[in-house]
Amino acid sequence: MLENIQATVEAWPFLAQGLWVTIQLTVLGSALALVLAIILGLMAGAQHKALAVPGRIIIEFFRGTSLVVQLFFIFFVLPQFGVDLPGMVVGVLALGLNYGAYAAEVVRGSIASVPRGQWEATTALSMSPVHRMRRVIFPQAWALMIPSLASLMVHLLKGTAIVSVILLQDFTFHLDQLRRVTDTTWAYAVVGLVGYFVLALVLTLVMNALEARAKHRLGRGPSLREILSPTPTSKDNLSTAGSAI
Amino acid sequence: MQEQTEIWDWEMFFRALPPVLEGFLTVTLLVTVLGTVIAAALGLVWAMLIRLAPQPVSGIVKWFVAFIRMTPIVVQLLFAYYAFLMFDAMTIGIVVFGIHYSTYMSEVYRAGIDAVPKGQWEATTALSMSTRRTWAAVVIPQALRATVPALGNYAISMFKDTPFLLVIGVVEMVNAAQIFGGNNFRYVEAITLAGIIFLLASYPTSVLIRRMEKRLAYAN
Repeated sequence: MLENIQATVEAWPFLAQGLWVTIQLTVLGSALALVLAIILGLMAGAQHKALAVPGRIIIEFFRGTSLVVQLFFIFFVLPQFGVDLPGMVVGVLALGLNYGAYAAEVVRGSIASVPRGQWEATTALSMSPVHRMRRVIFPQAWALMIPSLASLMVHLLKGTAIVSVILLQDFTFHLDQLRRVTDTTWAYAVVGLVGYFVLALVLTLVMNALEARAKHRLGRGPSLREILSPTPTSKDNLSTAGSAI
Repeated sequence: MQEQTEIWDWEMFFRALPPVLEGFLTVTLLVTVLGTVIAAALGLVWAMLIRLAPQPVSGIVKWFVAFIRMTPIVVQLLFAYYAFLMFDAMTIGIVVFGIHYSTYMSEVYRAGIDAVPKGQWEATTALSMSTRRTWAAVVIPQALRATVPALGNYAISMFKDTPFLLVIGVVEMVNAAQIFGGNNFRYVEAITLAGIIFLLASYPTSVLIRRMEKRLAYAN
């Protein structure tokens, strides 16, 4: 036990480097996924067939072929055609494309479930389609989609653990190095799983805060400052943040 | 060297077909089917324990389920592989996939059990049914029907996660494609083939599940 702790302390600089790679992949991958999800989700939900059909095809394509296939395609196949990307870019691209396609379904579904009356009201106020989406529909859809996006982000975080197969030295890669000098159980179950679990919890808390903020801006629920203040105004404030695990 | 510039080589494609298909049939499908069976059964066990077991047990199960669900299956596979050296990688893969996905499925069952109308519970009390009979004859049959599409969706996502098995050296479809590519210095055909098989197998299934979902929503 003591030897394990000592070995972990010695390996810490490497583990921290690995954690940093994992965090970068998660944050950049999620950012790319979100941008793609909004574009593809709006396309797939559009009235025009010329937008909706390509949107659907792209979503189904990236959802239907597995993450690892996409990762390998970008890593092994593209270089044969002269597209040689750095490992980090490969990882972010594959994660962003794959989870972006899943998230696009969430975006499309959330926009579709904004109440009919809201859409009709924007017509009555003769808002332009862009104005309508930006000021009325999307803010409401955003509050609806955050819990699902949060669970997809946790999925993406867990998906990053595969990137050592494209030679990236992420947290899982350094866990494997740690395993060589400590017990398997210690390296994977204690340091590894607990490390990822903490990352996932932090991610979930951040997304809960985002959801509370989005709801507050729609006039539903308390503001973030009220929730985070040491003397909460009412006890059920915290529960409005929802469960996103 | 001239071959390198070709975008697509049909001969290579047909040569890649046997090893990739073998990986698909003997590993990918097998792990998906057995993993789903384990996950569906264990998921129900977790859901029932969380609901029915006395406090310390149900709390522990709840945390265990959350912990497994929120940590990467890749690390779980590596852990189980090195911790249980007496089992072969394939068995480890099936069991780990089963346990990992059981934590998702327990959520599905929980939602299904919660969705059984209150009147049904009251009726079992009115008929003075035993707890066992209430669950076996009234609650579970109704809860299960509503959960079938969600379970199907998780089976599909398990199917698409099976390439993770390559971290413990199992030669499933994508690993087979990669090995073939490495041996021939050409990856396009083999990896594209693996992608096509995933798409061909998962898309129709997901359409089928969506149709089932609609029919269930209509029946309610």
